[in-house]
This record gives sequence, C-alpha cells and structure tokens, in this order.
Amino acid sequence: MTADANAIEATLDSTLENVEVADEIALRMCALAGLEEEDQHKVEMAVHESMINAVRHGNKSDASKKVWLRFEIRDRRLEIHIRDEGTGFDETQIPDPLAPENLLKVSGRGIFLIRTFMDEFRIEHPNGSTEVILIKRLNPN
Amino acid sequence: MSMKATAREVDGVTVIDISGRITLGETCQELRQLIRDYLAKGHKNLLLNLADVTYIDSSGIGELVSGFTAVNNQGGQMKLLNLTKKVHDLLQITKLLTVFDVHTDEATAIASFSKKATA
Repeated sequence: MTADANAIEATLDSTLENVEVADEIALRMCALAGLEEEDQHKVEMAVHESMINAVRHGNKSDASKKVWLRFEIRDRRLEIHIRDEGTGFDETQIPDPLAPENLLKVSGRGIFLIRTFMDEFRIEHPNGSTEVILIKRLNPN
Repeated sequence: MSMKATAREVDGVTVIDISGRITLGETCQELRQLIRDYLAKGHKNLLLNLADVTYIDSSGIGELVSGFTAVNNQGGQMKLLNLTKKVHDLLQITKLLTVFDVHTDEATAIASFSKKATA
C-alpha cells in the first residue's frame, strides 16, 4: 500500500476479507475529503459493491488474482479507481433492477447502487483488464 | 464484524432480532439458513427486527428478498421492523419498500399478522 497526503493505492488479493479492507480505506479517504456521514456511507457502499464485482465476477474469486485500487482527492472531488484482471462486462446487458419483473430477483442491484450513490461512474479496459472509475464531487467548503 | 440473530415468539409470530452487518459471505448464508430453519419448523410468520443492523449490501438485500419469497411460497408472511435510515433508504432506492411490509412499532407489526391470519 502506498499513500501520500491526498492519495492512497493498494493491491489486494481477491478475497471477501479484502472487500472490508477496501471499505475501511474508502471511509478513511471520505473522512479526509470532509464528506458528511451520509455521503461517506454512499461512497463506502459504492466501493464495496465494486470490490465484490472485481473479486467475484472479474477475478472469479481466484485469490491469486489482484484488485488494484487508487483513491485520490483532487480538484474538489474524490476519484476512485478499482481494477481487476477480468475481461469486463457489458453494462447494457444488466437488467434494470427496478423493473417490476426484476424486483424480487436476489441479485443484480450492485451496479445500480454504485450509479445511484456516485456522481460519476464509468468503465475502462486498460491493457485487457477492467477498471471502474467512481467520482464523488466535494463541496467547495 | 458479523451478524447476530436471536429469536423470540410473540403471539404466534417469530420475531428475529438481528444486529451487525448483513453482507456477502457468511452473514448472508447465516440469514438464509435461519429463515429456512424456522420455516422447516413450521414458523411461517416471521418479523425481522433490523433496528441494530449497521450495514447491509446488495447481497444482504438479495437475502431479504430471497427470504421473503421463500416464506411466501410456504404460505407465510415475512415482515420488517425498525429499519435504520440507511436500510430504509436502500429499500426505497431499490423500490423494495413497495414489496416489504415495513413497521416501526412491534405491537402494530405483530397485530398486522393477526389481522391477515383472521381475514
């Protein structure tokens, strides 16, 4: 793990225990960014769901595969990168969890919650990996 | 941090007091098993008291939905009591407040089972 005043990076094994490690880093950076408790919870959940996707779907729960994270506070925003070694997914194929026929489905709400809780969300594929970028804008004060 | 659950019987309703985190992994499995065990023992009216649930993720939400469906399929009812603001907001965002019968008072919640049962 590396850190400077406004950024922290970590490379974690693909385990559920490390989802909680990522949660803790997220909360620490949220506090540093001055986010209020409600927004801290939203960012924590978005990171949590992204980590689960990376561990389970991206890296197929193969602990030897890594998840790379970077949290950075700059330009009045908290920017979070979470990269796994998987080939990614097609967002357009994710069913709408709010559709009446999907309300009672057990899974499929993770990406929806991430989108809801963050100000920006996008997916990139650097060097054959999959990286989600989450952004929370910070108040001027 | 893990989940704890204790159950008590009140007027024919099994009230399950849950505390801690309900997240992907062991806690979701524990909750699933708990609900299935009570159903297997013939307890078909379940009231989940979530007052002390500090965190729930999408898998935890899924487990609540799974339990709700399992109980319904057995001809029973599963209701929720004392949601924290975080859990309430999550169920609202996911439109699951339209699915679950949610109460803020235990006596009222217990009575709602009786009304349904005698209707």
